[in-house]
Amino acid sequence: MANIISDETIEYVGILAKLELSDEEKEQAKSDMGRMLDYIDKLGELDTTGVEPMSHVFPVQNVFREDVVTNGDMRERLLSNAPEQKDGMFMVPKTFD
Amino acid sequence: MSITDMTAVELAAAIRAGTTTSVEAAEAMLDRIEKLDKTYNCYVTVDREKTLAQAKEVQSKIEAGELDGPLAGVPVAIKDNMCTEGMLTTCSSKILGNFVPMYTAEAVLNLQRAGAVILGKTNMDEFAMGSTTETSAYGVTKNPWNTDHVPGGSSGGSAAAVAANECFYALGSDTGGSIRQPASYCGTVGMKPTYGTVSRYGLIAYGSSLDQIGPLTRDVTDCAAVLEAIASYDVKDSTSIERHDTDFMSALKDDVQGMRIGIPRDYFGDGLDGEVKDAVLKAADGLEKKGAVVEQFDLSLTEYAIPAYYTIAAAEASSNLERFDGIKYGYRTEDYAGLHNMYKKTRSEGFGQEVKRRIMLGSFVLSSGYYDAYYLKALRVKALIKKAFDDAFSKYDVILGPVAPTTAPKLGSSLADPIKMYLGDIYTIAVNLAGLPAISLPCGADKNGLPIGLQLIGDCFQEKRLIQTAYTYEQIRGPFPMAVKEVG
Amino acid sequence: MAKEYETVIGLEVHVELATKTKIFCGCSTAFGAGPNTQTCPVCTGMPGSLPVLNKQVLEYAIAVGLATNCDITRYAKFDRKNYFYPDNPQNYQISQLYLPICRNGSVEIETKDGGVKSVGIHEIHMEEDAGKLIHDEWEDCSLVDYNRSGVPLIEIVSEPDMRSAEEVIAYLEKLRLIIQYLGASDCKLQEGSMRADVNLSVREVGAREFGTRTEMKNLNSFKAISRAIAGETERQTDLIESGEKVIQETRRWDDTRGESYAMRSKEDAQDYRYFPDPDLVPIVVSDEMLADIRSRQPEFRSEKMKRYKEEYDIPDYDIEIITGSKRMADLFEETMAICRQPKKVSNWLMGETLRLMKEKEVEVEDLRFSPENLAKLIALTDSRAINSSVAKEVFEVMFDTNVDPEQYVEEKGLKTVNDEGALKKTVEEVIAANPQSVEDYHNGKEKAVGFLVGQTMKAMKGKADPAMVNRLLKELL
Repeated sequence: MANIISDETIEYVGILAKLELSDEEKEQAKSDMGRMLDYIDKLGELDTTGVEPMSHVFPVQNVFREDVVTNGDMRERLLSNAPEQKDGMFMVPKTFD
Repeated sequence: MSITDMTAVELAAAIRAGTTTSVEAAEAMLDRIEKLDKTYNCYVTVDREKTLAQAKEVQSKIEAGELDGPLAGVPVAIKDNMCTEGMLTTCSSKILGNFVPMYTAEAVLNLQRAGAVILGKTNMDEFAMGSTTETSAYGVTKNPWNTDHVPGGSSGGSAAAVAANECFYALGSDTGGSIRQPASYCGTVGMKPTYGTVSRYGLIAYGSSLDQIGPLTRDVTDCAAVLEAIASYDVKDSTSIERHDTDFMSALKDDVQGMRIGIPRDYFGDGLDGEVKDAVLKAADGLEKKGAVVEQFDLSLTEYAIPAYYTIAAAEASSNLERFDGIKYGYRTEDYAGLHNMYKKTRSEGFGQEVKRRIMLGSFVLSSGYYDAYYLKALRVKALIKKAFDDAFSKYDVILGPVAPTTAPKLGSSLADPIKMYLGDIYTIAVNLAGLPAISLPCGADKNGLPIGLQLIGDCFQEKRLIQTAYTYEQIRGPFPMAVKEVG
Repeated sequence: MAKEYETVIGLEVHVELATKTKIFCGCSTAFGAGPNTQTCPVCTGMPGSLPVLNKQVLEYAIAVGLATNCDITRYAKFDRKNYFYPDNPQNYQISQLYLPICRNGSVEIETKDGGVKSVGIHEIHMEEDAGKLIHDEWEDCSLVDYNRSGVPLIEIVSEPDMRSAEEVIAYLEKLRLIIQYLGASDCKLQEGSMRADVNLSVREVGAREFGTRTEMKNLNSFKAISRAIAGETERQTDLIESGEKVIQETRRWDDTRGESYAMRSKEDAQDYRYFPDPDLVPIVVSDEMLADIRSRQPEFRSEKMKRYKEEYDIPDYDIEIITGSKRMADLFEETMAICRQPKKVSNWLMGETLRLMKEKEVEVEDLRFSPENLAKLIALTDSRAINSSVAKEVFEVMFDTNVDPEQYVEEKGLKTVNDEGALKKTVEEVIAANPQSVEDYHNGKEKAVGFLVGQTMKAMKGKADPAMVNRLLKELL
């Protein structure tokens, strides 16, 4: 396997993706990701010099909306799925910024 | 013929003629689901009362002359990644196990405007990530042709429901073959339209630049009717495209005279099952006999589509699935210490293994130091793949090939080796990268009686050519048998 | 010998645009609504929702770019900035990294010594604001209000061209003026519609390389910015002097304590994994679009000053003050349009308005009186319906509540008494009641008249024409 994924990398990706893995899952993830990256490295065989990265496949451009209020108060429906709510707001663990 | 054996268009005609009603059809179908779904598990959610209430309303509109389209009154199954107001929408994930949307996906609204009656929500691979419907948090769906086999995925519930006659037709979504491959495994018709043809508003995103909603139906006529109903320009979806050629039923013509059909040699190499190969080539022969000009060619880049796809899809998915955090909706872990621990525990408990695998891969390929080497490289390869198709479509009207290298694999045989599973997407995935339309329809069965799918790929906005070719082939092939003949 | 240091400062200025709706959905941006009453599936990150760009946001961003001499990017895109925080409902913010709408601009500021300095603008990009977190006092939790989530922002990123707090404030004032003139934002620091993050490093005078910089957040007044710059300069200088390293980090300024502290967390990887947002399509700015926006650019301050000088007979100093704020210039021009008396309008703005603003600590953006009412007040004094002291009294009420002066004068009975007979009677009474003053007057003390005028005005409750009182007194004496 050309790509060796370290414990630090898995730890780091876990922070980015907000995932907490058990030790067993970590080992599995290291091996899975290493194999996937080996596979993705195949793209390196292609010479893409001068090729623009294509994020949008069709040349659709300039899609806008007018600056007109179309939405009313829909708080109750928006909050209806919240695991916890209070005073018309979504409740979250204490945060400091 | 039992009412549940009718195609959607046949049923709508019967309802219009007054020989049956939407309510009768819905009741018959709900009864059938009750009997069969213990075995196949096509549905995550079925709500009998809601369905019957809808059917009554639609029936009265039909009788009042307010609804008279080719799908009016016909019950439909919706893949569980499309939001339905007031009806559970889970994406077959624990993290959305209690999510009841406040709005309905635009494609589903379009169907409702056409008089559809929603039977329920179909099972799928969790967040559409998978090729077998085994990654669902709500149990596997079984292939109605043989319950030891998978129905394919990710729209496996929709495909199996169509195959088992547990619905008249269904909606699926296709990010890398998620409509076409289960359609192939289940012996139904499935179509992925040109990117932008069907609004993605209300479709819970997997890979936003690749996702497209499309029909799963019993025949090509139904497929054209459903596509015509769901295609629309939607101002709520910036990637939606305004088209004036969505009268797809007009393409239901038994005629391929002069149609230029290209068969990519790359799609018939190692790894393609012999029986699949023979059935697909036989279908090509049939079309040739009807006047099509059939020719082999080299498409090129086929083996690069999978790594490019998994890089792009995983990257987009890692970002799209960030919103599932236990704050606004869905699952939240029981015990946690502080915000970040809540995030991590919620997501780790709420997502299944395959979803986590792709989120981690996606987060990695976008992370500092790897973005250029992986993500941008994949977007460059995507550009090359698009160009290869552009070249092919300068010579051919339709590209013909298999949908998948094999027929439906056995349950439990795929997930252990993800790369092998991903390789199964080799003929479907490039279509999504290039935004093209493609249709899958049954063209035979293997020695075990499992269906084989034929794939027709068109240039962008050329759905009509696909429908015409598929319809013509359907006339050559004749009626395809039903998977489940009797309800015991 | 002590080394000499210089502070190198660059600014990231966030400006909330004055659109009616949010950047990607049709929710109102109005201030002060109940929590989450101005939200929808898009700005709360509901599954399946999709963003669509508000055209006005793009037009404002381009307008600000043109006014700050930027190159407008003809092919721009939105990118996703990924980070988890409860005020960010999708856990990614839609912003612009790779192809921002404006680049390579500059604004000129006046320096202390009266010179002119150019501050470079690296880029201006469009993005969405986050929601608001409220910390619950009673329970161990925080609450999220997404009303502000999706409110459009532009972020103006300067080059590290500033060297002092004075320059920073001059730059911010200049930006604010330009943006206010454009009507693109009210730019209120206190209310957060303009927010500045300060990137600051310290290096030895003459050094060619920049030092390690820190980014300071939470600066919501010019005073806080000045103090934070002083505080951070000192902190970094002390570190360098004592041989320690400055760490590149984000710090939060605590203005009450007068110190900053690092906003570090193990969970804060600062790796935002930017990539083009697949839900939004590219923006292609055509020549026509650009010409259209350019043609709608307003008259900026320097042009306005020139025009005022040519058209109105008011002092240079007045012109400077009035054009120093868009709101003041608007008040001036709108009142002028009704009453056509530049001198008098200017006097009211330069005199009573500035005085009351200072006394009552009111910002120019918060002035309440309307041009219509100011014009009415001027008309009331012109027609001698009220005298100048009553006018000032009425103006103060207008300043507080924008009362209609005509109605107010009528209701309170403040009209000058022009009935000579009635006035004469009062004057006679005052003369009779103040024999001493009358005597003083006759003994040549001119000042005594002033006292008698005052007494008459008092008896008339201020509603007399002072000139008429003066004349009558002299006649009767």
